[in-house]
Amino acid sequence: MKSVLKLGLSSLVASALFASSAFAGDLVINYDDPNQAPKAAFEAAVEAFKKENPDINVIVNINDREAHKTAIRNFLSADAPDVTAWYPGNRMAPFVNAGQFEDISDLWASDENLSKNFEAIKPTMSRDGKQWGVPYSYYQWGIYYRADIFKKHNISEPKTWDQLLGACDTLKENGITPFTIGTKYLWTAAGVFDYLNLRTNGYNVHNDLTAGKIKYTDDRIRKTFANWQQMLDRCTFVKNHASMSWQDALAPFAKGEAAMYVMGNFAVAAMQDAGLKEDQIDFFQFPEINADVARAEEAPADAFFIPSKAKNKADARKFLSFIARPEVQGEWNKTLRQLPPNSKASINTEDKFIVEGFETVSTASGLAQFFDRDAPAEMAKAGMEGFQEFMVKPDRLDAILKRLDKIQSRVYK
Amino acid sequence: MQSLELDSGYKKWWRSNQQKIAPWLFLFPAILFFTLYVIAPIFQSMWYSLFAWDGIGAKEWIGFANYIELLDDDRFYTSLKNNVIWLALFMLAVPIGLFVALFLNQTIMGMRFYKSMFFFPFVISQVVVGLIFSWFYNPNFGIIGQIWNFFGAEAPSILGDEDLVTYGIIFAGLWPQVSYCMILYLTGLNNVSQDQIEAGRLDGAKGWRMLRHVILPQLWPATFLAIVITVIGALRSFDMIAIMTQGGPYGSSNVLSYFMFETALSEYGFRMGYGSAIAVILFLIMLLFIGYFLWVMYNDEKRG
Repeated sequence: MKSVLKLGLSSLVASALFASSAFAGDLVINYDDPNQAPKAAFEAAVEAFKKENPDINVIVNINDREAHKTAIRNFLSADAPDVTAWYPGNRMAPFVNAGQFEDISDLWASDENLSKNFEAIKPTMSRDGKQWGVPYSYYQWGIYYRADIFKKHNISEPKTWDQLLGACDTLKENGITPFTIGTKYLWTAAGVFDYLNLRTNGYNVHNDLTAGKIKYTDDRIRKTFANWQQMLDRCTFVKNHASMSWQDALAPFAKGEAAMYVMGNFAVAAMQDAGLKEDQIDFFQFPEINADVARAEEAPADAFFIPSKAKNKADARKFLSFIARPEVQGEWNKTLRQLPPNSKASINTEDKFIVEGFETVSTASGLAQFFDRDAPAEMAKAGMEGFQEFMVKPDRLDAILKRLDKIQSRVYK
Repeated sequence: MQSLELDSGYKKWWRSNQQKIAPWLFLFPAILFFTLYVIAPIFQSMWYSLFAWDGIGAKEWIGFANYIELLDDDRFYTSLKNNVIWLALFMLAVPIGLFVALFLNQTIMGMRFYKSMFFFPFVISQVVVGLIFSWFYNPNFGIIGQIWNFFGAEAPSILGDEDLVTYGIIFAGLWPQVSYCMILYLTGLNNVSQDQIEAGRLDGAKGWRMLRHVILPQLWPATFLAIVITVIGALRSFDMIAIMTQGGPYGSSNVLSYFMFETALSEYGFRMGYGSAIAVILFLIMLLFIGYFLWVMYNDEKRG
């Protein structure tokens, strides 16, 4: 709902905002999250940057995330800011291919901090062997669960697939739906699929699938769906998930009607807003399915880019190199309650989700961005619709996979 | 001397042609913007529909490939089918609107208040209507859920069920559409000639026969307008779908207008060429109806 609702209006507002003309010495930054914590973290970093560079006049435009996704296509060509927030992986591909993002490989090579402390995430920021942006934050995915309910029914954190299925059986015996989810906006279903696929087949199959090298009717992908089928049967998801957003799906979780949620770490804040206390929620890594497969994780990153039409590229580079610093990334992500991509940055050791998240991500054999960031947009949309349909009508699996193959063969020509 | 002559010549020309020129002068702004924002984009869409284009990169000429792909696209047929359902069921707004208007067309205390209450849904934005109904339909906390639970049954998830979802959205859409038709009929009823009703009464007509043979024929202009507006409303039913389901679950409540938006302009879209091809098809379907309406209007004018 939020996307379309705000889209029209805010793109209007956005174009009005961005029309303000910039002079030399101005540094215009478009940021995409007006929510309290992200905004505070961003503004604090900008303040620190201003203090260090009093001669640069920083102009900040903060736009709604969904509106930003639409507006960026206009402002990159019409009235480009000097720095803009965007996402790496396949999401940056259209702009990179159209020459609308500045190649900043020089910065990655010359800035010691960037070249040394971002090894893990560098591949995601690269395309055609060049680097295009600087990440400021990322976050882990996994299973968030109601610790109090698990304790009450004597369930411990599942480490393997069988343990997870066993936990589900216990929960169902006690009248609790094991998993909540809201698939109205589709991407939540992709999170479940990605994890099942990463655990069944591993990181390379995830990459090959999203790169169009493996068919959806491939036996390996069918195996992923077979596991999903098992999950649907024994670890039931809440009913009516197709008409709920991810926030709507928090209601049964908060009420104790459902006990687990495959989600990103941003959900913790929302769970607490829904009235759950810190010790009622906990996190465990998505359990192992195939012991032969090295553990890979979903860890989508947020980044900043320089449009190629930016007027003040020198200061823009200065800003990107500033936000890459370990102390800046540490501060930023403490406020944001996420993980700093800079491996030298400190994390908030009092936040148990961050500690566990850091452990999860830093020991993973590979980091996936997310189905809808790794696959091209059209394939992502069709794929996620297929996942949702499978969750509602599992018996249509064959038809769904064949349809996805058909779309795949067209998308990746 | 010479300039005066010229001047008077110019004035003379103006005076003799004033009648012919004035309408064009008045029409000029409207024609300009109509051409710029309505006519030109139609041809632009037709042109774009022959390309593969992501909106920012280079355009690639692919001829009719977009249309051929459309013919092989399940989502297109789902949308088309839903459009037909919309057209058929949305038409209910016309008779229901007439019924409400007849019901409200009496003089009793506080009638203005009731009329405005019935007109109210038309004043609220479609977005709000969609939002309210999606809450109604929520099987957990919505009114539907409450009613079903009261009888101990499990509420259906109307917006999450591929077989119910389109009907659920149309029902929500009917609410404001009925009030629109009602207003058209109320104004129409004001103009019904009392003499003819009197005459009908003397001849012993009442009830259904009075309505059918005396009142309805006089309401023809209102009926025609209501039908036109409802057909167009059904074909461009976009906002409700965007708010209530975004075409879901898994695309089963899509209609052509939303499908076009989704492929051309939404987060996972930006296939401008393919979106334009859908727009062209939708335009052709609308053209059928609009052509028919224009033909009817033309004939009416000729007769009148």
